[in-house]
Amino acid sequence: MARRTIKVDALARVEGEGALHVTVRDGAVERAELRFYEPPRFFEALLRGRAYTEAPDIAARICGICPVAYQMSAVHAMEDALGVSIPQPLRDLRRLLYCAEWIESHALHIYMLHAPDFLGFEGAIDMARAHPGVVARGLALKKTGNDLMALLGGREVHPINVRVGGFYKVPRRRDLAAIAEGLKRARDVALETVKWVAGFDFPECERDYQLVALCPAAEYPFNEGRIVSSRGLDIAARDYDEHFEEEHVAHSTALHAHIRGRGAYLVGPLARYALNFDKLSPLARATARDIGLDRVCRNPYRSIMVRAIEVLYACDEALRLIESYAEPDAPCVALSPRAGVGHGCTEAPRGMLYHRYQLAADGTIISARIVPPTSQNQASIEEDLTICVGAWLDLPDDALRHRCEQTVRNYDPCISCATHFLRVDMNRV
Amino acid sequence: MKPTGRKPKLAVWKFSSCDGCQLSLLDCEDELLAVAGAIEIAYFLEATRAQIGGPYDLSLVEGSITTAHDADRIKEVRKRSRRLVTIGACATAGGIQALRNFKDVKELTAVVYARPDYIDTLATSTPISAHVPVDFELRGCPINKRQLIEVICAFLIGRKPVTPAHSVCVECKLRGNVCVMVAHGTACLGPVTHAGCGAICPSYDRGCYGCYGPMETPNVAALSEKLQRLGLPGHEVGRLYRTFNADAEPFRSEAERHGA
Repeated sequence: MARRTIKVDALARVEGEGALHVTVRDGAVERAELRFYEPPRFFEALLRGRAYTEAPDIAARICGICPVAYQMSAVHAMEDALGVSIPQPLRDLRRLLYCAEWIESHALHIYMLHAPDFLGFEGAIDMARAHPGVVARGLALKKTGNDLMALLGGREVHPINVRVGGFYKVPRRRDLAAIAEGLKRARDVALETVKWVAGFDFPECERDYQLVALCPAAEYPFNEGRIVSSRGLDIAARDYDEHFEEEHVAHSTALHAHIRGRGAYLVGPLARYALNFDKLSPLARATARDIGLDRVCRNPYRSIMVRAIEVLYACDEALRLIESYAEPDAPCVALSPRAGVGHGCTEAPRGMLYHRYQLAADGTIISARIVPPTSQNQASIEEDLTICVGAWLDLPDDALRHRCEQTVRNYDPCISCATHFLRVDMNRV
Repeated sequence: MKPTGRKPKLAVWKFSSCDGCQLSLLDCEDELLAVAGAIEIAYFLEATRAQIGGPYDLSLVEGSITTAHDADRIKEVRKRSRRLVTIGACATAGGIQALRNFKDVKELTAVVYARPDYIDTLATSTPISAHVPVDFELRGCPINKRQLIEVICAFLIGRKPVTPAHSVCVECKLRGNVCVMVAHGTACLGPVTHAGCGAICPSYDRGCYGCYGPMETPNVAALSEKLQRLGLPGHEVGRLYRTFNADAEPFRSEAERHGA
């Protein structure tokens, strides 16, 4: 019986520590496992007993790459529990902050983590030797996202200006006007980025994903919206726990998320794009058509194109929000603690991020539940490895190993985020 | 570092952390390619697949030690590193995950994981310096990227990094901020917190929450008394010290003194 094992003991160009292990038997992938050996950090347990006001800053430390997502899901969940709503200007500022994180995180992934796979480099530093202008352009795009993040949030990693109820301090119109010039340049760079990645060679691979994303009524999703799937699910965030579950699969030590009665699903750019195409800005929609990207993209290797379209959208949307920004009367709304349960679901760059908190009457956190996007995508990543990689078994080991890594990187996985992932047994077959 | 006719080798290592401090190197958009020109990035898994063997002239270490495997791994990293610099609150003080040090880790595991028996973890989260000698510690949750560039440059030249050990208060005064505690009665850890961030929080009308950890010889007792006079209940004073540098003295004992 011919058996072949493809192992990557330490995945590069992903956030956090992961490994993968693909076993091939008799010309077919028998087993594909993405393993995370990131040590557990117990955030949900450590949040117990803390004040509701502390959750945004503590939860942010789950991930240095997408702290805004953690802050946003936390503040929305807390506001849900306290029964407060946020006025439009503060809501717009949150969207603007999310634009900053998408630009920064997507630019990082497109240029530094993912593009080297398509162009045959080990990383962006050696890619810069061959294509210095391209890497400089990517860094400039990333920097614009970070500049906006630093202005609104105080700093790039773990911003300090987000609080339950709003912000500590809101920007002046003139502060935003100054950064708008940079965003206009970034939008041009984003347009170049879309055209650049559209020219890559993509492996053929069509997957029948169940796509899941937030779907707000009239805008591309960041902070709110119903949870919708491509197969008919349509629920409010507060009903998440009724429909989604994580469980141990037999013979596996990883937690897999699935929808009850509907199976594995995919979150992230491909899902957001397919379920919200009509809500993209006219420029983003037209650019998608120009590069031949259909309204629904089911080839995971093309996710880099969708990410580029989302960067273009985020620049466009940031400029729109800045243009219409009116300085709010107060940086945050008044809050008073009460007992209750709150749910928050927002779109991290790499997919939907769910938080649920139970509060005591004085606002102390009784329990916390956090479901990061990478945990939700693990089943899809492993299916990709089985199905897509199964078609390339004639490749030599090195090439096949690289293709497997690329398959994982399609997801921009954030392993540090995946607080649910477990260390698994290394001995198998 | 002595000139040897070759570029010094840099390695970036990750232990238990959020990746934010190593991301700070990639966030140096204006300096990254210059840094990559001056040093050989020999091991930096978040950025590249390429791996060049040690020994390394400078190792940057992110994250705390929370597993037996990592306790062994850091010793290996130390052996292969001429200079070892910790970056961030996890590596320097145990980080937010050091909150476990005040709880029963078995209970924590049961709260988060359906199958606690699969979890392999130590009872504590400890800084790198509890396991191996460290040449320099860079503070912050997260670190400041300008300070990171300063540390790398200093090691390239062979001098001590310039990272003042005074309080956030000094930085705040240098920025010309109005004191949030005096003017608004906002609780602020600025008087006892290590400088480096540039007093960001008070600049955004917020009290410092101590993410750079304790400064040199801080007077925490005096600050706690002031915080209580502002009307903060004792347990909330304790909680202020018990966050991202909870296990760093004297934040640890001051939190305990206030029943955190």
